Amino acid sequence: MSAREEILDRIRTALKDAPEVPVIPRGYRASSQLDEAVLIELLVDRLIDYKARVSIVDTADVPAKIAEVLAGAGSYVVPAGLDAGWLTGLELEQDSRRRLDSVTAPLSVAELDGVDAVVTGSAVAVAETGTIILDGSPNQGRRAITLVPDHHICVVEVADIAGILPEALRRIDGTRPLTMISGPSATSDIELERVEGVHGPRTLDVIIAR
Amino acid sequence: MSTFLGMPSLPVYGTGNLHASESFPKAAHRELGNAQLRANLGHATHTIRDKRLNVVSELPDWEDLRDAGSAIKESVMARLPELLEQFEANFTARGGVIHWARDADEANEIVAGLIRATGETEAVKIKSMATQEIGLNEYLEEQGIAAYETDLAELIVQLDHDKPSHILVPAIHKNRTQVRDIFLREMEGVDPDLTNDPARLAGAARAHLRRKFLTAKVAVSGANFALADSGTLAVVESEGNGRMCLTLPETLITVMGVEKLLPTWQDLEVFMQLLPRSSTGERMNPYTSLWTGVTEGDGPQNVHLVLLDNGRSAALADEMGRSALHCIRCSACMNVCPVYERTGGHAYGSTYPGPIGAILSPLMTGIQAEENNSLPYASSLCGACYDACPVKINIPDILVHLRSADVDSKRGKKKIPTQMDIGMNAASWALSSGKRLGMLEKGLPLGRLAAGPDKKITKLPGIAAGWTQSRDIPAPPKQSFRDWWKKEHHAPDTAPAAAHDQEDQP
Repeated sequence: MSAREEILDRIRTALKDAPEVPVIPRGYRASSQLDEAVLIELLVDRLIDYKARVSIVDTADVPAKIAEVLAGAGSYVVPAGLDAGWLTGLELEQDSRRRLDSVTAPLSVAELDGVDAVVTGSAVAVAETGTIILDGSPNQGRRAITLVPDHHICVVEVADIAGILPEALRRIDGTRPLTMISGPSATSDIELERVEGVHGPRTLDVIIAR
Repeated sequence: MSTFLGMPSLPVYGTGNLHASESFPKAAHRELGNAQLRANLGHATHTIRDKRLNVVSELPDWEDLRDAGSAIKESVMARLPELLEQFEANFTARGGVIHWARDADEANEIVAGLIRATGETEAVKIKSMATQEIGLNEYLEEQGIAAYETDLAELIVQLDHDKPSHILVPAIHKNRTQVRDIFLREMEGVDPDLTNDPARLAGAARAHLRRKFLTAKVAVSGANFALADSGTLAVVESEGNGRMCLTLPETLITVMGVEKLLPTWQDLEVFMQLLPRSSTGERMNPYTSLWTGVTEGDGPQNVHLVLLDNGRSAALADEMGRSALHCIRCSACMNVCPVYERTGGHAYGSTYPGPIGAILSPLMTGIQAEENNSLPYASSLCGACYDACPVKINIPDILVHLRSADVDSKRGKKKIPTQMDIGMNAASWALSSGKRLGMLEKGLPLGRLAAGPDKKITKLPGIAAGWTQSRDIPAPPKQSFRDWWKKEHHAPDTAPAAAHDQEDQP
């Protein structure tokens, strides 16, 4: 008998008492019904708690804000599908520091390691937990580009902010390659005290565009 | 019915690092002698308890989430064969390859074979309880394959040639100065001026592992959840070492127990609220990665999953104990356990320490395996673990159930009655009649004699010695309650002085 057949047989035999399949009580909150101002306030509070850097700007000012945050970066990568309008700031239009990455023309891991920063959009954010979810859409790119560079600049559009986790997860396709990000990388492994900055980007800049 | 010919006889128990090789009381006694360990554990468990309480109290629907989580897991266990087949079909359709492993040895061989097939002799690893349980690192080393742990705490443990003592923070028994000393001693090229500042220590780990991450061709991981309706796997982590392993290598091999399934994508919204708050006491962990088979152009292109039984089907066969398989490995139960807080994780022997380990290990190995029958007694049955458990596993009830399984397993085996048998029979004889008890109580003055002038009994004989090992028994009273009552109510005129001798009243 194959291992598969044997394990499934063992499990079926273990369940010979035919335990009842319970109805799942879903009495927990499915939506928060918070208004926009409260959502933004909550998200900012959580992100700051995680030691992320946060700015709130009008959509028209996103390019200037990105240019400002990138001021110290020697080089940066953007996914090929990033909203072209976000890179229209004077300093960014013809920027020699910029590298493009896409599935068809990916940068190597070594090339990414030589890049200082990455700029992406995001799929959805969760205000209550300060979580940003990337789903690999063209404006967010391959998972590697938001991982290897040490500084992640992530634009969150206000329409994409959900109040609580169930609302956010119901907006996305679970079969895409997903990364849920809550602040910069951190560890609690030494005396259970949180320390920010381990292997993932040590600096997370969140630009909330309203 | 030829189909029954091949049916395995149940239960088939698990192998690997699931055993206490010495009895819990013996191991605990040794660990309790380590004052540094107790100080480190006390500090760490209290820190995490407070954090957990804070973030749990923020949620108005915490109890609703626990109820949902508990019911979802109960439904997973009841539907396990069907859900495994559904998961397999979806994962395979997306380009993943599934392997089934009956026990630890088979899982180890599968993983080693997959690594060998890539031509590599190295792999980076994400912290995983399943691979600890099967002893994968040791097996790979024997096979000439180097497995590098990349989680900070696992790295500390691996560099120190030590064993994990907690399922979430395996190096919880080390304080910052001990960690610095390990790094200075074992980490190649480390800054000799390294301080014990946790941020500096994390920085040293980053520098140490960076090259490994960027060049690794093979990664080995566990998984926190597997979604049957989509074939999706999830890894919940903090440091980004998980993302590195799940994203950069060409080949990804995941080892996961069969019980980790969730039926639907929607169920994730429950568990991603329960797990981070229960484990690290955070609203959300820094990084969670989800992948469904292979995504072209993004991440590993060779994606494998080893589905592990190793005693889980045996635990499932125990109707009273099967809910132990609901465990999501958050570690909240050990952080609140008064026994774990003092003995630490090593005393439990198994990969799974603390209250959950005290039930899970014997359920997976059988109560008679090595010293695992001592684990269900590693508890005062205070119930703090049940209160803290995000999926409401009734650990105290299962502990009692396993104690009874332990006693039953010994019944009728020994011809000569044990001290416990004799004691229990004597108690049964004495306590079933007031007359007999009254007669025995006449012997109380003998106990006073044994206590001597300091009115303490410091050493009892035989198995009762366990009671006086760490405490004294006060001298018994001069008379029993029964005698006192008789004097008070039936003979008011006799011995009033004795009746009002407060000091000696029972």
